[in-house]
Amino acid sequence: MSSAAEKVDPEKVVLWAGEHEGHDVISTRTFGFWLYILSDGMLFATLFAAYGVLSYAHSYYTGPTPAQFVAPWYTFIQTMALFLSVLAYGFSMTALKHGNRAGVINGLLAASVLGVVFLGLDIHDVLRMFGMHITPWTSGGLSAFYMLTQVHAAHIFFGLIWMLVMIYQVMRKEFTEEVIGRLISLRMFWQFQAVMWVFIYVFVYLWGYMS
Amino acid sequence: MLVNLPGPWNPWLGRLALSEIPYTNPILAPLFVVVVVLGLLMVAGITYYGKWGYLWKEWLTTVDHKKLGIMYIILGLVMLFRGFIDGLMMRTQQAMAVGPHASGMMGAVHGYLTPFHFGQIYSAHGMIMILLAATPLLVGIMNIVIPLQIGARDMAYPYLNALGLWITAAAVVLIMASLFVGDFAHNGWFGYAPIFELAYSPGVGVDYWIWTFQLVALGTTLGSINFIATIVKMRAPGMKWSRLPMFTWASLSANIIALTSFPCLQVAIGLVAADRYLGTHFFTAGFGGNLMLYTNLFWLWGHPEVYFVILPAFGMISEIIPTFSEKPLFGYVTMVLATFAIAGVSWLVWLHHFFTMGMGPYVSTEFSVATMLVGIPTGVKVFNWAFTMYRGRLTYTAAMYWALGALFLLLVGGLTGMMLSIPAINYMVHNSVFVVAHFHMMLLCIVYAIFGSVIYWFPKVFGYTLNEAWGKVMFWLFSAGTALVFIPMFMEGFMGMTRRLDWPFDPHWAPYLNIQVLGILVYVLSILAFVVMLYVSIRDRAQHRAAADAWGTSRSLEWLTASPVPFYNFAVVPQVNARDEVAWRREHGLSAQRASHYDAIHMPNNTGIAIIIGGLTFVLGFALTWRIWWLSLISLLAIIVMMIYRSAKGDPGHVIPAEEVERMDREAERTMPRADLPRHSGGVLGGAIAYDSGAAGEGSANLRGAPDYRP
Repeated sequence: MSSAAEKVDPEKVVLWAGEHEGHDVISTRTFGFWLYILSDGMLFATLFAAYGVLSYAHSYYTGPTPAQFVAPWYTFIQTMALFLSVLAYGFSMTALKHGNRAGVINGLLAASVLGVVFLGLDIHDVLRMFGMHITPWTSGGLSAFYMLTQVHAAHIFFGLIWMLVMIYQVMRKEFTEEVIGRLISLRMFWQFQAVMWVFIYVFVYLWGYMS
Repeated sequence: MLVNLPGPWNPWLGRLALSEIPYTNPILAPLFVVVVVLGLLMVAGITYYGKWGYLWKEWLTTVDHKKLGIMYIILGLVMLFRGFIDGLMMRTQQAMAVGPHASGMMGAVHGYLTPFHFGQIYSAHGMIMILLAATPLLVGIMNIVIPLQIGARDMAYPYLNALGLWITAAAVVLIMASLFVGDFAHNGWFGYAPIFELAYSPGVGVDYWIWTFQLVALGTTLGSINFIATIVKMRAPGMKWSRLPMFTWASLSANIIALTSFPCLQVAIGLVAADRYLGTHFFTAGFGGNLMLYTNLFWLWGHPEVYFVILPAFGMISEIIPTFSEKPLFGYVTMVLATFAIAGVSWLVWLHHFFTMGMGPYVSTEFSVATMLVGIPTGVKVFNWAFTMYRGRLTYTAAMYWALGALFLLLVGGLTGMMLSIPAINYMVHNSVFVVAHFHMMLLCIVYAIFGSVIYWFPKVFGYTLNEAWGKVMFWLFSAGTALVFIPMFMEGFMGMTRRLDWPFDPHWAPYLNIQVLGILVYVLSILAFVVMLYVSIRDRAQHRAAADAWGTSRSLEWLTASPVPFYNFAVVPQVNARDEVAWRREHGLSAQRASHYDAIHMPNNTGIAIIIGGLTFVLGFALTWRIWWLSLISLLAIIVMMIYRSAKGDPGHVIPAEEVERMDREAERTMPRADLPRHSGGVLGGAIAYDSGAAGEGSANLRGAPDYRP
């Protein structure tokens, strides 16, 4: 609080700080990206809410319900692919700490291959259900099912594009603050998508199978 | 095609056809001509004076938070005018069409607007005023003020800041395009299920509405990330949380709301898009869709959004009142707590927008009580402002007029809000114009705060003060307009008039509607006063050159640097020693102290990528609206390519050498008038009268918070 009662010596008081404080680029960037993750979390939360509201018996409009079409063992393979992808990304970040460029690239490559496996399995699953005439335009419940799972898949797709860009940047650039910041942000993104998948697996696939 | 599209479609132009341009409409066709002529005049003028290079280098590619803020504010003011014209048309239509015997013209049975056209006007009015006028105005002021208040050189992510502006501008262009190509949604600005489904709204109006919403949501989310990161990460040394200026606190809470709530909107509107484009059944009347799911998801964002716009306005009032009361803000800590309490409760009240959904007494009670809870922190704020003024030395400047007007409107809007929070009353007046009058009180509270802060911070940005007399003329005209429009509206609400009537059927409403038209005319005069204020101020700018502390009694950090603010904000980053740093320095006779040493400054480079991506988002929105798939795909790919290109290119920034900084700072210092004493000289030097009724002697002058102007 400002108080004129306390005496201030104009000769000694520090009024100017100068440039030495130096904002940390990586910390500022990753904090901002963490905020984005927060908004992405809200996006998924809203989709989960819509899915919850549209999972009553009448939401399926006498059509198929998740109990009739989800395959938890099949999607468990997807789970493993995504988790191993996150693990591979973790190895990549360990290599980054040692400044090991080859290790970073190999880790990213492994992570993206496993991501592609996840996405391939997802597309295959969608085609399987389409073959059984289980489509998003069958009922409100199925619309919500597809929206939730495929919005997640779209995140994985864009994550993979980003990963390819990062592989290129690691190959061509030095480990600059910008490159390192992006690698950390992508790691957050990738891990967050895995966490979202855990929720989807539990609430959509497992719960759907058991209901 | 996943949906059965009514009407023609071809692969190259989608649904676009020459017949979609309303050249036979007697209102839109002349307007279109006027817009084209004005646009051509502007282009010709810029070309004639050879200003394209200047425009591109200084404005369109800028990443400077002040210039971006100014552009946000211009965008907001233009849209405020557009939204006002919509309001003017609604008022005149209702006044002309009242009663069963009202005559009609221009194709309308009553009045001059057909029901479909009227529906588009009120939908556009609501959407524009909240998302494309109030939001850009607030974001613009936050953009300008926050980095200055916390002693930062720029925002945390200058490029992202530019991107946010240009995406918002794309949304503005998209909604304006709906005037001249196709039509706009007629389902109200918040939309109703299932009327916005393709089967009931086969035109492109709802699609314009969808993509405008998505663009502005994207722009605002990006902005909110930037503001939060700036406030958390970029504060000057010594700017502890306990010293953060109130406007910055309010903006922080507002942007936390925006960051968390806009994704809900994007999902709600995205699901509408899925229904219309993919043929899903989220909100359809059959096939297991759920109509009220939409309303819930929308207001899950909608109510936090209300507080996203009101909290910065509270922050502005909290800056203006202490400055012109010459006292520190009363109850700083409670003010911060109240701000965050309002932000928190904003998530618990969305259901009060539709009590009539019929969710049962328990849920209704829950939301009723939560709504009333908002009154407590808001009351705290009102009392804090009142106690700030209590025994202060008040100066009634134009900015102070607007702040006090906002306070009054907050009172009226808040108390009517308390009435509406009671479900039994709410059932009676639901969707009546009483509700419309209530929320206009709240939104006008925001507009008042915005006008107040435009006047308040104008000298900081442009280096001269706005004309006080015309500012006050505008205030009184605007207030008279407000009274004349909304007091009759409250009364009509009690008389049972529902909102959005293209034909008010009861002749008893006629006198009230006529008074409202009178009010609208007074509003028109206030807009003229605003234009005159700008003209007179710009003409006389040399006489009203502002000092660093433009008002002589300012308190927070932005008043430390030169007016107008140099592009680097602070020649030397200040060390913050107190909550109201500038007041503290003034009271301790340190205002004249200058840094003895200058450092080189690192600044970000301009970039054209932000405006290019913004333009591409407009193309994407337009192509999706008209279902031109190839163009949608190309623009989406182009956006991704631009992002990757920017990522590869990076921004090394540039360095301004210390000598250059010193030279510019000395120059700014030299051209500014000195303001060691406040402009008004009332009261006793030492100014103890506000704090101590005793003699203003040597001792009392040094009381807590007392201004001390001794050299």
